[in-house]
Amino acid sequence: MMLPAELLSLKPLLPEITLALGGMVLLMIGAYGGERATGVVNGLAVLLLAGVAGLVVWMPAEKVALFNGSFIVDLFARFMKVLSLAGSAIAILMSLDYMKGAGQRRFEYPVLVVFSTLGMLVLVSAGDLIALYLGLELMSLCLYVLAAFHRENVRASEAGLKYFVLGALSSGMLLYGCSLIYGFTGTVTFTGIAQAAGQGGVGLVFGLVFLFAGLCFKVSAVPFHMWTPDVYEGAPTPVTTFFAASPKVAAIAIFVRVAIDAFPGIASQWQQILVFVSLASMLLGAFAAIGQTNIKRLMAYSSIGHMGFALIGLAAGTAEGVQGVLVYMGIYLVMTLGTFAAIMSMRRAEGPVEEIADLAGLSRTNPGMAFFFAMLLFSLAGIPPLAGFFAKFYVFLAAIQAGLYALAVIGVLASVVGAFYYLRIVKLMYFDDPAQAFVPMPGMLKAVFGVSGLLNIAFFIYPAPLVATAAAAAKSLF
Amino acid sequence: MSWPILSVVTFLPLVGVLFILLLRGGDDGARNARWVALWTTIITFGTSLIMLWHFDTKLAEFQFVEKHAWLASGIGYHMGVDGISLPFVILTTALMPLCIIASWRPIQTRVREYMIAFLALETLMIGTFSALDLVLFYLFFEGGLIPMFLIIGIWGGQRRVYASFKFFLYTLLGSVLMLLAIMAMYWVAGTTDIPTLMRTALSPNLQKFAWLAFFASFAVKMPMWPVHTWLPDAHVEAPTAGSVILAAILLKMGGYGFLRFSLPMFPLATQDFAIIIFVLSVVAIVYTSLVALVQEDMKKLIAYSSVAHMGFVTMGIFAVTTEAVAGAQFQMVSHGIVSAALFLCVGVVYDRMHTREIAAYGGLVNRMPLYAVAFLIFSLANLGLPGTSGFVGELMILIGTFKVNPWVAIVATLGVILSAAYVLWLAARVMFGKLEKPSLAGIKDLDYREIICLSPLVVGTIFFGIYPKPLLEMSAASVEQIVANYQRALEVAVKAVGQ
Repeated sequence: MMLPAELLSLKPLLPEITLALGGMVLLMIGAYGGERATGVVNGLAVLLLAGVAGLVVWMPAEKVALFNGSFIVDLFARFMKVLSLAGSAIAILMSLDYMKGAGQRRFEYPVLVVFSTLGMLVLVSAGDLIALYLGLELMSLCLYVLAAFHRENVRASEAGLKYFVLGALSSGMLLYGCSLIYGFTGTVTFTGIAQAAGQGGVGLVFGLVFLFAGLCFKVSAVPFHMWTPDVYEGAPTPVTTFFAASPKVAAIAIFVRVAIDAFPGIASQWQQILVFVSLASMLLGAFAAIGQTNIKRLMAYSSIGHMGFALIGLAAGTAEGVQGVLVYMGIYLVMTLGTFAAIMSMRRAEGPVEEIADLAGLSRTNPGMAFFFAMLLFSLAGIPPLAGFFAKFYVFLAAIQAGLYALAVIGVLASVVGAFYYLRIVKLMYFDDPAQAFVPMPGMLKAVFGVSGLLNIAFFIYPAPLVATAAAAAKSLF
Repeated sequence: MSWPILSVVTFLPLVGVLFILLLRGGDDGARNARWVALWTTIITFGTSLIMLWHFDTKLAEFQFVEKHAWLASGIGYHMGVDGISLPFVILTTALMPLCIIASWRPIQTRVREYMIAFLALETLMIGTFSALDLVLFYLFFEGGLIPMFLIIGIWGGQRRVYASFKFFLYTLLGSVLMLLAIMAMYWVAGTTDIPTLMRTALSPNLQKFAWLAFFASFAVKMPMWPVHTWLPDAHVEAPTAGSVILAAILLKMGGYGFLRFSLPMFPLATQDFAIIIFVLSVVAIVYTSLVALVQEDMKKLIAYSSVAHMGFVTMGIFAVTTEAVAGAQFQMVSHGIVSAALFLCVGVVYDRMHTREIAAYGGLVNRMPLYAVAFLIFSLANLGLPGTSGFVGELMILIGTFKVNPWVAIVATLGVILSAAYVLWLAARVMFGKLEKPSLAGIKDLDYREIICLSPLVVGTIFFGIYPKPLLEMSAASVEQIVANYQRALEVAVKAVGQ
């Protein structure tokens, strides 16, 4: 059978189409099967995400632009899509036991994650402002619902509402920025903007600032980070895990693409913004986390700090810098999923606990978990030879190359401050007397935790695959 | 060598870690963990002796070199040793079995974890001394913080949490700037390969910044006055074997770093900043010796004396004469033996009386003659008595420094007198006099395990004091090369200015 040429030209869109159709099928299964179908929907959602990830990898590697350049498939998009899909699939796997225990076994959760991931794929491949907005909103709207997933819980509802209101505000800013950019350049495609912008002008820079403000909100970079601690703390832990993982990856991806593709001519302008944002995020992430007692809140500040570090690479504005961002996000994903697997296993007979103090003496009650958790924390702090060190290594390498010495120096100092609060958790687990033991880790969490823990420790032995793929992906942008 | 002996020595302790991980918990597990750790460290020591046997002392180049691709172009897995690093590698592998024996009885809780931490630490320490790539070096150098943090924090004394945090954050703060300097050098030279960088003439400006960044790291590690304050805390709170490793090996990483990086890679900056080092060293020697005089805790006293001795080392390194550098190298190894022995000696009485207060002891010679002999030998070596290893290094450093800057050498000599004062006073208060304290009436002399532990160190101290030649010969070629390259780099710079 011969397919019409128009249909064939949609081939690069195959992963997105598959995911969209698959998501709708899952929705139907859930809608007609009801509560009983939750298990099936969960399983199918994971398979769907994994299959789409396979499709993304299987697609030809050369750069393709569809719909007059509004949808771009290249190695960069491929890298970030695989990370997002993997993050989402693992987030669903990790949620299974928790949702069962909390009486929240509803099929909407995997379906929302799938649609949100679809938004991420569109976002990562966006080649113009319209596609960017479409992807961003599809992703975010699902996230708003997910944040309030525990609808009987006051804190979860508050988190959802807060996230929604602030998110709407940031979308407004982003749209305002888009309209300004369109007004001053007369086009919405990134390549068009790049050509029309030239050396820029006040109006365009104005638009750029608003656009960046919207994106900063999504990656939770200072000064648009306020929602993060409340939402992380209020949302159910599996949802927080999901928030911390793939949406961050997608948002950073579009951040990079917009900056590099649409505004290469005024790099010196947006570099200043990024230097400030990344500095502020690193410092706030480091200092504000010190006083936290709730581990999810602490992880919120930790993720703010990590986004600051990742943005260093973008601030450098070079292929090496983008490579650093990609390596950072890959390693960040592994560390975050592992850490949240540990947080989700903080569970006693009477229910889940979230205070850092509950971890006291974990090395006596559960030595294996304590060891891997401690290594993940050292890794988050950036101590060699763990994976987190290499994440920081590549972004700082790019910053030094680009001559951003002040940023690099303050950045490494912030990482020392940050080390303090990670050490505090290690201290609780290893130096203090044991508290009551946790119930044993469920199998699925154990698997995720073990794999990410091993990847984290053994990364230094053979870093080439990730580093080389990231280098190729970064080159495709330049 | 047809097999990668250096990597084998480096990673052999990790095999022991795997074995211990496979052991079951409980009392049996603890006993087995001790034996596994002991045998692992002994085998590692044996393997390192094979390396010593095959080492050619006439060559200044790196030997047992291994090179593989690793992180990026120019950042590879590159290992090798020369006359500067091999003594430290041997020192590490030789002290580890003694540390395990010394921990046999004192460590009764979480024995498996303790042994794992020590074995991991051994790998990281050997790696630090044999890495020939800056990023690889940094990996080993910083990685050592994790096991040491846990050793101090889990098995330490009263204020262990404070001490472990201070140790970790202080050294981390010093090191991160070095990482940035490494990156800057990478972008200039296109590689972080140490032998290549030694031959690369970096611009004077970069030399200055990089020198300062490396200085920040090594000065903290060394430690030099005024950033030494983490050391007394860490020493006092760490378990005995932890103090031994800290004093004998970890402190040497600073001096090793100065010798390996600062002198060969930043000769111009070294010349400019040498005077700062001299001043800091002399202050360290005189001031910390005075501080040591008033200490009431034995471990603290030895810790401060370590700072003073490291002052001699930095002074010798930055005098950059053949005698001074060779003396500094010798002094580092000698101090590794002597300070390790002194901490073990403190551990011996601490295990019996559970106090390190000097005032709690007195007249031990009456009940513990063997112990008194050992303690006295190490004390005398610590003050640099001729005939002990402590004398050789200090003398060479003073001779070498005198040629460059007589005043510095003269003031530093004052420190030798002070060190005699505090060491002898310590020995007098602890060992001699009448045994008056009733609590000491039942104290027992060294048992066989402690004798096994201390006797190799007694032999080493006296052997190298009487016959220092083997150790000096081992480093001679490398030391001469460092000094010669340094002089040549300065001449080239002077010529360039002259034109």
